Amino acid sequence: MAPLDDKPVLDVRGPGGHPLDIPRLACGAMDDLKSYAAHPKHQEDCGFPGELIDNWQEVAIAKIGELADKNRAFQVYLDACVKCGACTDKCHFFLGTGDPKNMPVARQDLLRSVYRRYYTFAGKHFPWLVGARDLTREVLDEWYNYYHQCSQCRRCSVFCPYGIDTAEISMAAREIMDTVGKGQKYCNEIIAKVKVTGNNLGLNPKALGATLEGLEEDIEDETGVSVRIPLDEKGADILLITPSADFFAEPHIEGLLGYAKVFHEAGVSWTLSSYASEAANFGMFIGSYENMREISLRIRKAAAIDLGVKRIVFGECGHAWRVAYSFLNTLAGPFDFLDQNYPIPQHILEFTHNELEKGTLNIDKSRNDEFRMTYHDSCNVARGSRMGDKPGGQFEIPRAVLRAVCNHYFDMDRDTIKESTVCCGGGGGLLTDELMDLRIKGSSPRMKALQQVTEDHGVTHMAAICAICKTQFSKVMPKFGYEMDSILSVHQLVSNAIILTGQETDEDTAPIEGAATAGAE
Amino acid sequence: MSYDVNGTAVEHDEEGYITNLGDWTEDLAGIIASAEEITMNEEHWEVVNFLRSYYEEYQIAPAVRVLIKAIKKSMGPEIGNNKYMYELFPYGPAKQACKIAGLPKPTGCI
Repeated sequence: MAPLDDKPVLDVRGPGGHPLDIPRLACGAMDDLKSYAAHPKHQEDCGFPGELIDNWQEVAIAKIGELADKNRAFQVYLDACVKCGACTDKCHFFLGTGDPKNMPVARQDLLRSVYRRYYTFAGKHFPWLVGARDLTREVLDEWYNYYHQCSQCRRCSVFCPYGIDTAEISMAAREIMDTVGKGQKYCNEIIAKVKVTGNNLGLNPKALGATLEGLEEDIEDETGVSVRIPLDEKGADILLITPSADFFAEPHIEGLLGYAKVFHEAGVSWTLSSYASEAANFGMFIGSYENMREISLRIRKAAAIDLGVKRIVFGECGHAWRVAYSFLNTLAGPFDFLDQNYPIPQHILEFTHNELEKGTLNIDKSRNDEFRMTYHDSCNVARGSRMGDKPGGQFEIPRAVLRAVCNHYFDMDRDTIKESTVCCGGGGGLLTDELMDLRIKGSSPRMKALQQVTEDHGVTHMAAICAICKTQFSKVMPKFGYEMDSILSVHQLVSNAIILTGQETDEDTAPIEGAATAGAE
Repeated sequence: MSYDVNGTAVEHDEEGYITNLGDWTEDLAGIIASAEEITMNEEHWEVVNFLRSYYEEYQIAPAVRVLIKAIKKSMGPEIGNNKYMYELFPYGPAKQACKIAGLPKPTGCI
């Protein structure tokens, strides 16, 4: 991590203050932050030039034109801004860093100014009048820096009266940079890895199988009940697509145990796939339709050809759910071979919520009494998708599940949740160590909102349904006075509360009366 | 970018992970550890050795949970727990211990 001691730095970790307080401007505070450049081999694996090409300027300008031509929304976003200022204080990275270039309008203008120069009448003839700029090497470097300080969370777009989506502009900028050979290591190394091993981690089938067997042993040791976590089982009804972090990291793995217990108690047949062992799709972060499609097609092949399943369920992964819910059918459809009586695809929370409503799960909420919970809405779920069959289901279903398995649940400040949720600070391809300073600062609005409910309601833990959020919080929470394990998977709490059929409880009693009823404080 | 191991340069990437896994030696592990401000003791070595043997079998680092389970078995629950692992490797047993063990950096949403 580059030291930034000589720059104006905000004390984002201090107590007090509203989570959305506007900071004093710190011009240039994040000018020097650089994400590592992609290795030439990973660039080529993703279909991009290995290094910056000689005629990069010409190619980049042509690419802007191509994108504006092909994607009308992108062109409207570049043309429509009237500089009203509504977005200026809506980005968590601006709130955390004070750097005015992290205001959404400024981030958009990095690209808009170049678009104007080459694609508008005024910009071609009177660039000084309309803020149009030549695409120089300095501008390209500025793009690289500040488009890797956007987590594509889309909070700003909620407040823009024209609905300008900075995430789309940031994705387009990354695609333009990739096209001329200026890619980012974190995203492109991972995409290259998925193409070979089927997941972001690089976990091969043998290692995955061994990990899952170990987890089956853990459940049996803990509960005395044999619960399977099947891999590559042909003819299973449900294919579970989950982020590979669920096989590796904490608290993610605890969530996987929760899915397994829910499927077990629901009595359905299910399987994971070693070929499509990843829900995440970093193709979206770099705005690359081709890469997004290639990754999505692995899911289709696993479901249709390898395993012949009837349903696809997605595990807890934020942007994966946006890709799945919003784009999967056009990327990898049609899914006419699946059972049309179920949502295609379905979220694991919809599945669990249904089972809770049906009463198939034996729940003892008191098993989570050590936790006083709140819930972090992940951006891509909140603003890029839906869940269930009612508007707002993506907000209500996770909360309903939490309330059904915990006795103590409290929401954070209304302006920081649901459609206005503030990002964890690590999404959109920023979950890499060299950006840790940015990640800590960007998480400060969320952390302050958490501190408020800790103060007001004694909240001890926060739950999330996104692998990136979980990892990000486990790293940044200690900077704000919380233990790293204060972030939990929603299905970890489900797992804690489920009493499996045949499981002997500590009290060795029958199911606790009234334990399965929903509703909490 | 390289580590100096008794006069021999061992190449590493911008984050300090060695480029050729075959270059790893115990001396190098000590050098990487001191760059990470860690003084290797018996417990650090137990973790590093487990990571290397797991990697040899599976070509990937184990999940933290798998690592902890193994260390619990070999050194007892006082050492084989998440908190103690982070005391040994403050930047995380997955990434920091892998770096010292000469293994590739685990990637993804972790």
